[in-house]
This record gives sequence, structure tokens and C-alpha cells, in this order.
Amino acid sequence: MNIASRFNVLPDDRQTVQFTLDGEIVTAKQGISLAAALLAQSGTASRQTVNGAGRTAFCMMGVCFDCMVNVDGVPNTQACMVTVRDGMRVTRQIGLRPLEGSNDV
Amino acid sequence: MGQPEITIIGGGVVGLSVALGLLQAGHRVRVLDGADSDARASQGNFGLVWGQGKGWDFAPYANWTVDALAAWPAFSKTLKELSGLDVALDQSGGFEFFTDQREMDEFSAMLNTQQAHVGERFSHEVLDGDDLRSQMSGIGPNVVGATFSRMDGHVNPLRFLRALRVAVTKLGGQITSDAHVAKIAAHQQGGFDLTLTNDDKLGADKVLLCAGLGAMTLASDLGFRTKIRPQRGELLITEKLGERLPFISSTVRQVDEGGVQIGGTKADAGMDDSETLDVMAGLARHAVDVFPALASVRVIRAWGALRVMSPDGYPVYAQSTQHPGAYLITCHSGVTLASMHASRLVDWIDETSSAPNLEPFDEHRFAL
Ligand SMILES: Cc1cc2nc3c(=O)[nH]c(=O)nc-3n(C[C@H](O)[C@H](O)[C@H](O)COP(=O)(O)OP(=O)(O)OC[C@H]3O[C@@H](n4cnc5c(N)ncnc54)[C@H](O)[C@@H]3O)c2cc1C
Ligand code: FES
Repeated sequence: MNIASRFNVLPDDRQTVQFTLDGEIVTAKQGISLAAALLAQSGTASRQTVNGAGRTAFCMMGVCFDCMVNVDGVPNTQACMVTVRDGMRVTRQIGLRPLEGSNDV
Repeated sequence: MGQPEITIIGGGVVGLSVALGLLQAGHRVRVLDGADSDARASQGNFGLVWGQGKGWDFAPYANWTVDALAAWPAFSKTLKELSGLDVALDQSGGFEFFTDQREMDEFSAMLNTQQAHVGERFSHEVLDGDDLRSQMSGIGPNVVGATFSRMDGHVNPLRFLRALRVAVTKLGGQITSDAHVAKIAAHQQGGFDLTLTNDDKLGADKVLLCAGLGAMTLASDLGFRTKIRPQRGELLITEKLGERLPFISSTVRQVDEGGVQIGGTKADAGMDDSETLDVMAGLARHAVDVFPALASVRVIRAWGALRVMSPDGYPVYAQSTQHPGAYLITCHSGVTLASMHASRLVDWIDETSSAPNLEPFDEHRFAL
């Protein structure tokens, strides 16, 4: 499933970085937020609520919590509050985090 | 519907529980509730339905609390029938965790005294740290032990408040928001004139003052001598977790929706309900001492709220001697006692033949 993104990335000559989303390689402009990178890549849900509904970044300013993903093993990370980094391992946040969630930090 | 015969001032858990009971007993009831800017313990509390420690040095309160615990299952069922809302009552037993042996010994001694007041109807156990850890996985090494009581538990506090509002409305009770009573004047021949801050005037046959900290000023207008004071408690709430914690405790509890609520501090800070960094850090440390796996869990919200305390901390149920149609009803632990406020307290107001003896809760105990 790869819905075309409705977000256009401004043309600039910034360098790019690469991270993985559920194992898939994604390329993004350096310096943008992870939420912006996810939106630019596709329109698909980046998290699933407890009831199974799909969600992705909405407010882009840290209030709605709809952009939560797992970043390098840390669950419920707000993607709009972190900058993309080369080699970041991002997985979609499916449902509630487990108690022992931060296994690799 | 005619003019409501009973006007309740204050629409927190205390006023609404009494309203619910009065409506069930067939009275016409109106609830006047203040503004969002009021200190509202009912919107910031911990949701415990809790007996441990309650009334260890005051037998009537120990008994009243045990009655309340016993009545909660039926009360939550009634609430569900009336409101359609499940307050998530879980009364599977509660722990008090200790990291200091001396504090634990003191508390166990208090529980023994409490036990003596209420006998068979209450039970408690004392577990040392290793016993506890062998029964329940995940308890931290700094925990020296815990006390346990099998009737303790909790509800979802905000859903409880909502369920009360819906149930009261369902039974025909009128709840008016933004109706802040500024003044109460008693008639010579009985009855009261209420003036709201917006200058609206209302008449009432009977007035029940259940305004929490808002009762501080109105109580003396009605001839009551009780001095209510605020006591600040601070709380943290974490992100929601997929698993259930294996315990309910008075300081660390998991809300049915998954978040962990951490609290239990006490401070005299006047009407200042802000939260403070050192207290929040202490709460987080305590939670991690109790259950180290919480260390990686994020806190997403923190707040302070003001408890409603009488001079000795026990409930006040008093009828004004100067103006017999006026009542002062106030307590700490208004969640726990709600099951009584919606039932036995109403018998007392109605002076039915089965009315409980609430004399020990009268305010004459504060006479100089
Ligand atoms: C941090 C904290 C944790 C707690 N934990 C627990 C717990 O775990 N278990 C438990 O049983 N209890 C707990 N409590 C206590 C419990 O929350 C209170 O006993 C209870 O909420 C008191 O309810 P109330 O209706 O008396 O007061 P409030 O909730 O303060 O309600 C009073 C209402 O009266 C209104 N009002 C005020 N003045 C006027 C006026 N002049 N005219 C009209 N309306 C007015 C206000 O707007 C308000 O809505 C806790 C309290 C705190 C602060
Ligand atoms: S997009 Fe709303 S919090 Fe991140």
C-alpha cells in the first residue's frame, strides 16, 4: 500500500538523509521533521489507535499526538518533534506501547 | 415540574452523589454549579475507592468508610443503569507500598487500630518485601513491604463525575453550570434567597451546601462554624500502556484506559494548585522504586489539585441550628464515600426511621 503523498517538498539543494520505515528505505531532506518526511513520503497511516483506526501527523506542533511512531526502539515518539537523521529506524506505532518498550536504548 | 424543593450548591462528586440519592428518594432537586475557574477536587483526584488508614483514630469514620466500600459494587451498577457509563470499578484489593521500614511499621499499627474499630468487616495483611516480590513480579528491590486490603480499589475518576451528571439529569435533576452563588439569605419563616454572581435570584426551601472549597465563605453566612481548608496534591499521568500493572496502590494505579497515574503528595499551599518540579520528580522516583519497569515510560501530563479538608480531615454532615433548612456536607475522599452520600446520607437528610447516626460528623466537634 503506497498512497501518493499530497505534500509537495519545496525544491532546495539541501542534502538528503536516509532512514527506514518498517524496514523500507525512505529518503528525506536533511533538517526537516520526521513527521514532514513521513507525510512527504506517503499519505498512509503512521500509527494505529487502540481501536485500529489509522492516523498520521496532523498538527505538526506537538499537541495532537497523532504522529506517534517508534524511533530507534522508543515507542510513542512524536514524529513532529524530532528531526530526521541518517540511519534512523522508524516503525509504525500499532496500538498501545508495551511496558518494556524501549528495548534498544 | 414545579420549583425544586431542594437546592444543592456545588456540582462536584459530593453534590451530585447527594443529588442522585435525593432524586431516587423522590425529591425534586436543583444543582447550582460554579465556574471552571473554581478549585474542583472532583476533576483532579486519584479515583481511589479506598479504606486503608481511614478512620484509624476515629471509629465512626472507619465504619462509614467500610460501609461505603461495601456499597460500591451496587452503586456502580446503578450508575451504569442510569447513565449507560461504566465507571470501571475495580475493587480487587489495594496495596500501600513502603520503601521505609519505620513508616511501614507505623502504618501497620494504624491498620491494627482501624481493624479493631470495624472488626470482621475489614481485613488487612502485611507483606514483607521478599514475600511481595515472590507473589508479584516486577516489584523493585527498594520496596521493604506493603500492606494489602481486599476491599480497596478504584474507578475512572472523570468518567465517574460524568456518570453522576448524566444519572442526575436522567432522573430529572436540573444541573445549572456557571451558577455561582454569591450570597444566601435565610427567611425568618424558613426558606432561602440565593443571589448568583450574575445577580439572578432564586428561592429554595432547603439548601445543601456541597461547594467543596467554595463553601469556605458561604458556610459562615449560614451560621456554620466549620473552617474548610485546601491541601494540595500533585499527580502525574503517563502514556498509555498495552499491559496491565499487576496491582492497584494508593500511589501508583493504572487507569482502565491504560495510563498510569502517580500521586499522593500533600502540601499546604493555600489556593495555589500549580505543580512543582521537585514534587513531580519525587513522585516519578517513587513509582520507579515500586515498579522499576516504569522507568522507560513517559509522563505526559502533571497537575496539582486541592483537597477539601475539614479541620480534622473527617467529613462534616451538619444541619444549621440557626437555619434548620440548611445543610453543610463536605469531605475529603468524596469518591470513596459517594456510595454513602447517594444512599444513607439521604436517609439522614430525610430523617427516615432507618437514618444512620451521623452525630459524630456534626460540626459541634469544632466548638471552641
Ligand atoms: C489530588 C487529589 C486526589 C484525591 N484522591 C482521591 C481519591 O483517590 N479517592 C477519593 O475518594 N477522594 C480523593 N480526593 C478527594 C475528592 O476528590 C474530594 O473529596 C471530592 O472531589 C470533593 O468533592 P466536592 O464535590 O466536595 O468538591 P469539588 O469537586 O470542589 O466541587 C465543588 C463544586 O462546587 C462548585 N462551587 C464552589 N463554590 C460555589 C458557589 N459559590 N456556588 C455554586 N457552586 C460553587 C464548584 O464549581 C465545584 O464544581 C482527592 C482529591 C485531590 C485534590
Ligand atoms: S503532529 Fe500533532 S503532535 Fe505531532
